[in-house]
Amino acid sequence: MLRWFPENISTYGGDIDAVFSLIYYIVGVWFLLAEGALFFFVFRYRRRAGRAAAYVRGERFSELAWVLVPAVIVLALDFGIEAAGGPVWARVKEDVPEHALRVNVRAQQFNWNFIYPGPDGQFDSADDVTLENELHVPAGRDVEVRLESKDVIHSFFIPNVRLKQDILPGRTIRAWFNATKPGRYELPCAELCGFGHYNMRGFLTVHSADEYERWLQEQWPAAAATAALPAS
Amino acid sequence: MTARAVAKATPEPHHNRHSAPQSFWRKYVFSVDHKVIGKQYLALGLFMALVGGFTAYLIRWQLAWPETEVPGWSYVEPDFYNTMVTMHGTIMVFFVAMPILLGAFGNFLIPLMVGAPDMAFPRLNMMSFWTIFTASCVLMASFFVPGGAAAAGWTGYAPLSADPVYTGVDWGQNLWILALALEFSSFLMGGVNFMTTAINMRAPGLSLFRLPLFVWMQMTAAVLFMLSVGPLIAGAVMLLLDRTAGTGFFLPARGGDPLLWQHLFWFFGHPEVYVVLLPGFGAILEILPVFARKPIFGYRAIVYSTIAAGALSFIVWAHHMFISGIDARLAIPFSVTTILISVPFAIMIFSMIATLWGGSLRFPTPMLFALGALATFLIGGVTGIFLGSAAVDIFMHDTYFVVAHFHFTLFPSALLGGFAAIYYWYPKMFGRMLDETLGKLHFWITIVAFNCVFIPLFLVGMGGHMRRIYNPLQYDFLKPMQPIHEFATIAAIVLLLGQIPLIVNFFWSLAFGRRAADNPWQANTLEWATTSPPPHENFAAVPTVYRDAYEYSLPGNATDWLPQHVPGPALKAQEQAA
Amino acid sequence: MAHSEHETRVFTEQPIGRVGMWWFLASEVMVFGGLLGSYILSRIAAGGWAAETAHVNTRIAAINTLILVTSSLTIVQAHAAVEAEEHTRARKYLLITVLLGLGFLCIKGFEYSIELGHGFTPASGLFWSYYYTMTGLHGLHVFAGVVVNFVLFLLAGGRRWAAVKQRVEYAGLYWHFVDVVWIFLFPLLYLA
Repeated sequence: MLRWFPENISTYGGDIDAVFSLIYYIVGVWFLLAEGALFFFVFRYRRRAGRAAAYVRGERFSELAWVLVPAVIVLALDFGIEAAGGPVWARVKEDVPEHALRVNVRAQQFNWNFIYPGPDGQFDSADDVTLENELHVPAGRDVEVRLESKDVIHSFFIPNVRLKQDILPGRTIRAWFNATKPGRYELPCAELCGFGHYNMRGFLTVHSADEYERWLQEQWPAAAATAALPAS
Repeated sequence: MTARAVAKATPEPHHNRHSAPQSFWRKYVFSVDHKVIGKQYLALGLFMALVGGFTAYLIRWQLAWPETEVPGWSYVEPDFYNTMVTMHGTIMVFFVAMPILLGAFGNFLIPLMVGAPDMAFPRLNMMSFWTIFTASCVLMASFFVPGGAAAAGWTGYAPLSADPVYTGVDWGQNLWILALALEFSSFLMGGVNFMTTAINMRAPGLSLFRLPLFVWMQMTAAVLFMLSVGPLIAGAVMLLLDRTAGTGFFLPARGGDPLLWQHLFWFFGHPEVYVVLLPGFGAILEILPVFARKPIFGYRAIVYSTIAAGALSFIVWAHHMFISGIDARLAIPFSVTTILISVPFAIMIFSMIATLWGGSLRFPTPMLFALGALATFLIGGVTGIFLGSAAVDIFMHDTYFVVAHFHFTLFPSALLGGFAAIYYWYPKMFGRMLDETLGKLHFWITIVAFNCVFIPLFLVGMGGHMRRIYNPLQYDFLKPMQPIHEFATIAAIVLLLGQIPLIVNFFWSLAFGRRAADNPWQANTLEWATTSPPPHENFAAVPTVYRDAYEYSLPGNATDWLPQHVPGPALKAQEQAA
Repeated sequence: MAHSEHETRVFTEQPIGRVGMWWFLASEVMVFGGLLGSYILSRIAAGGWAAETAHVNTRIAAINTLILVTSSLTIVQAHAAVEAEEHTRARKYLLITVLLGLGFLCIKGFEYSIELGHGFTPASGLFWSYYYTMTGLHGLHVFAGVVVNFVLFLLAGGRRWAAVKQRVEYAGLYWHFVDVVWIFLFPLLYLA
């Protein structure tokens, strides 16, 4: 069943998938036990001549234990799931790495605008480069995206990276990822944002390190000699 | 309060008033009789279910064959598709599930189950119905105003919903807000009535812990609704003012905050899930003991679990907002509270399953629906754990996994539970039995088709498929999943057509069904202690309650049921065990 | 109609009207609670709104506070008179309560007109949005209370004294609630 996931190409995507699998096996066992008991009882205790129903009210503790003990185990497993998921959440959402490559994202109905600092490495300067619906990053580097919206709520979603983050107008939200595998991946909007929502499609292109250099030089050839990787 | 007060209360002489002639209008339209009002709610809910079902058909067809004309309609445009997903959610939650489960069955059954002649405030009750009727008319009218009906999702997220420029929908969205505000006031009035009736109108001897669990579930639902909807009513007023008066509560350009709407919406939204879900559970809990011929397992455990789940539901709302841009450090506390809800629900579900142990099970249609609801709800329950985990929700949020999950919680509880309730209480409501063959046909089509619609949607959700996408073929990574969509759509059409047996059965039995006995299922609770259908004011004399609601197969008793109102020993578990 | 019969059919020590009114007020508390909570959070996020609150008229609001608190007192008097079966006194106090409520609304309207005259509309910023929404919603509640109290005043003069008796208590509960909401609004909008 887990094979339904899109291919994971980020450093933390595997952690998210692992939490999913953990929950999958835990609740899978519970689900089968509960359904098994249900179907078994339905079959075993169907009405038959000469057999009366048992008078069991489940009010005494000795009876209620059949329900309460499993519930306590459920509680323990809940905490196990939280213990596994908490650090993953913190890694993805709370700890944005320092010194990441930074790209500003400005979402609008129904486009992604990716803003690169340009040759001078500074944002909000005259040589900023805006690409429509095209996000290019080098493989194996932490990338920080600063998310802003011009109009309504959009959601920045890269399925292969396992990153999703809503973008709120009026705020700047920081998110990050580190894509490991070169390729071209789709980047949909995941929050209903109007009639063109379904068509708000961008692309994430992950380049190998050399290729990324080459791509940068194509984008702003004037400063080719001096352009280092733009750092934040 | 109860034991003392109930002991003091004495049965009063009953004033027989139904000899007074009543006009058609007083009797069937502007009736104050809770039974008539319950039927009015049922009619409204079933009618709106047809509308909601049709929106589902358009949505499903569009997803499976996006570039084709919908048979029986025309091409669906993107903005109309957004209207459909918005109206489908709004109609199904607020105008189908609530009217049927709370409006119809809450109204019909609470006074009967507590042995009262009517609701505490009959005229308020009538007003509740006519308010939601007006709300439904407003909602339906919104389809026909220029610009079309609301298209900002059933959650109405601002700023999309707060300024007409973003959706192109002007009055449609305003009417949507108005319809919701009216609907909320209707159920606020209903909630006041439910609580007052269940607290104050109980028959002598009917202490709180002798109440049928259905009444407990309705009471919990009413309290959850009354205490959670207030902030959203305020939010609806604010949203309407944003759209019409130039205020900026939710518009960043005017200094407002879109997240505030989400907080107000979901503070209500999560308890609302239980408002819809618990009454369905209540119906299942009434039906299981009757057809297992056993007492319900762990009555008190179920009551306490329900209250605990209800209380927890007030502190979990931000799990709908993990990735909405709230402070990331808030996610884990809300994730913990969310996942903790699995414990009370586990107790409820395990108790239901344990009720079957050692029973003498028979399987008429109501029992089939109750068991089917239980079996499918489990899927909805366990998939909630995935979404409750903040880490997994990063990927799963706003995908079809969420869609499949909440359909697997609300469909079993509200619709399958609602169907179980219709088949079980129809004889009491209309004095006729429903046809079993048609009922079983309805059950098997519904349960199989339902699973075929929504289990595949878990898979596309895991594939990363976003919700509310007009045309999935726009995305290369979604194209391989298209056959799954087609399968789910065919199943959805079967599911919708599978409701025809119910409609036929409902109307055919109304005229030609076998006449129902007063207590055709040999059940214990008070609604079966009167005629089918009950007369005006319900009981010939105020019933006195002698014991708990589920004394089936009591050792030493001549029959395998012992109604609450029949004199005899007051039984307690401890005494019986001794 | 079954209504009157229910009022006498009491299975607990509480009359149904009182129980119903408490539940109604509990949900009303949540309506204003949601609004007040939103206001407080927005105000913190916006950094205080000191400049805006300088433009509201604290003196007029203080007078209105006094009026509303007094009207709470008069409806208590009306209830006491009802309990004592003193019809004329009950009617007198109900009428005073109605007039005080109307006075509150008139003064509030006057205050609105001053503010609108200075160009402060609901669209003049978030503070003013909240100000008009909160006081407006409260004003509607005051208006509803005035209508209810006035109807009771009319009924109390006629033959339906028995039906009025308990309702004065419920109307009083509601009127106190309206008063309490204002007690929250006054410091939050005018003093802070």
